[in-house]
Amino acid sequence: MRALVLRRLLHVIPLLLGISALTFLLLHLAPGDPFAAMAENPQISAETLARMRHDFGLDRPAWVQYLLYLRNIALRGDFGQSFAYHQPVARVLFARLGNTLLLAGAAALVTWGLAIPLGVLAAVRTRTWVDRTLSLVAFAGLSVPEVISGLALLYLAARTGWFPIGGMHSLDAGELGAWGRFVDLLRHLVLPALVVGIVPLASRMRQMRAGMLDVLSLDYVTTARAKGLPEPAVIGRHALRTALNPMITLFGLTLGSLLSGSFIAEFIFNWPGLGTITLEAIQRQDQYVVLGAVTMAATVLVLGNLVADVLLAIADPRIAHE
Amino acid sequence: MSDPAGVRVVTGGRAWRALAANRVAMAGAALLALLYALALLAPFLAPYGENDIDRARFCHPPTTVHWRSVTGRFGPFVRATRVADPAALRYVEVPAGELPLRWFVRGAPYRLLGLVPCERHLFGVAAPGRVLLLGADPLGRCELTRLLYGAQVSLTVGLVGILISFTLGMLFGGIAGYWGGIADVLMMRGTEVLLSVPALYLVLALRGAFPVDMPSRRVYLGIVAILALVGWAGLARVIRGMVLAIRGADYVLAAEALGMSRWRVLVRHILPNTLSFVIVAATVAVPGYILGEVFLSFLGMGVQEPAASWGNMLQQSRNLDVMVNYPWMLFAPAAAIFVTVLAFNFFGDGLRDALDPRQGPGGNR
Repeated sequence: MRALVLRRLLHVIPLLLGISALTFLLLHLAPGDPFAAMAENPQISAETLARMRHDFGLDRPAWVQYLLYLRNIALRGDFGQSFAYHQPVARVLFARLGNTLLLAGAAALVTWGLAIPLGVLAAVRTRTWVDRTLSLVAFAGLSVPEVISGLALLYLAARTGWFPIGGMHSLDAGELGAWGRFVDLLRHLVLPALVVGIVPLASRMRQMRAGMLDVLSLDYVTTARAKGLPEPAVIGRHALRTALNPMITLFGLTLGSLLSGSFIAEFIFNWPGLGTITLEAIQRQDQYVVLGAVTMAATVLVLGNLVADVLLAIADPRIAHE
Repeated sequence: MSDPAGVRVVTGGRAWRALAANRVAMAGAALLALLYALALLAPFLAPYGENDIDRARFCHPPTTVHWRSVTGRFGPFVRATRVADPAALRYVEVPAGELPLRWFVRGAPYRLLGLVPCERHLFGVAAPGRVLLLGADPLGRCELTRLLYGAQVSLTVGLVGILISFTLGMLFGGIAGYWGGIADVLMMRGTEVLLSVPALYLVLALRGAFPVDMPSRRVYLGIVAILALVGWAGLARVIRGMVLAIRGADYVLAAEALGMSRWRVLVRHILPNTLSFVIVAATVAVPGYILGEVFLSFLGMGVQEPAASWGNMLQQSRNLDVMVNYPWMLFAPAAAIFVTVLAFNFFGDGLRDALDPRQGPGGNR
């Protein structure tokens, strides 16, 4: 098992190098000078500008810049400086990453919390109206992209006032107690999490249903029924465990689409996450922030795949020995 | 493909019959045909020009079509409106101002199908009056008109993007799988890098490589290029896997033994056998491309005003004041996007069942 994890971790390093190189190349192709806005600011002297250009290596060829960037990360954990925030990139991004992961986690809770019971229900009641209704609703849900469901829920929130219309905290959150702040955060989290969580629900539910149907036709389930176990025990204790196995892998693999999905929800609900800051940084040509954010998002995705592999190896020890 | 013989064996008439018998898929196909016809004929069907600003009708609500007039005459007409509250932009109907709907009225000049100069529009009302079936935007422009013109952008971006990215993906995957060796390893590492960045982050990073302000025609090409570059890698991997399986087949060995060049074997014999999969995958992927354009324009980094696209129409409604007080600006593009995605999903699902039952439903979103 340890060998598997190590091997996969080693595989991650060239991947992340490739991703950062690609992003760096794209940003290098981008027209314009990130210091252009600062150059117009009379309070910043030409010398300061020249020194900053030199510090960031912007007067050197692109590949030198990239190597400098890598060296700073490797030696000092320094991801560069944000031109717009005048802060280290790592400090700007880590809080945002936490917010995005919170949103993605809540969304995953929505997806899987609904997909597993509903998928099991559809499988147990297969070919009845329950099954058909569920698959129809799921199909419709699949066709509502995040942009639409996000705006629709924002409209609902704005019309009814049941939920806050954006952000992460209320203005008066500071005066609330710890519990009050938690509830406040939850209230802000509900709508964006629904937006992100609903889209993948349909396919997860179908996969759960298909997996459950496969398992229900196996001999050991028939045995369990034959020895007189009550049906809930057969489903819950015997069939479900086996049927959940493939879903574990899917969980890790869907992290990427969760991140992409939360991008839109973040933008619509002003959630201060990795997506909103990436957009902001691109508009402001804050290139080290863009670079850091894209690399960070990719890292989450790659680690998600890694976790999926490891979980699968735990569930099915044959894989670790291949 | 010039040699579809290999494909015909796979798809055949049976697949078409299965598809034709699938009512849901056929409904999806009919809907898609209708949507694309609407986009094609947009200048004729739209009552006004794409960018006809009307300073007297900012945020005008949808006009109601009445049937029975006070004089007892029967037929569709709308009533003229006047401003009731200039601050809140509220309008009321003027009871006397009946404006009958006319067919084939003269209006803004345009070129039908981009060729024939023409100034007739399908319907409209006499000049100072306006018919705004879906209301007007903050500049007083007809939402229906902009929706139709926007369809020209939003519906075609996906198709062109798919065409490019799937060509790329097939060639790339085909070469990697058939040639093998070092080329294969390098190429697959390359796709892995692309696939490891969450799609929308990659879209934005690519967008960052273009200037922020571009003329609208160049923006269109830019968006197509971005979507194509993001989309091809996943397909290339699958195609590579299929090619690996196919390349040992007897008919490939026979073609090689006959002295065909490798390139010819790949293009004429191997790739055609992946076509039924590719067609299904492309159909299922179109909504993602359409949403890619919507995403970029919605963020303000895609199609720019005054050109219309469904994405930048949605962007207008993101303003809470607009959304709550003038919700038609949200509903019109949202409904258009939903119907389009639904139609593609219906059709794609049916196509998959007919052509490639092994793939199973749901996909891997």
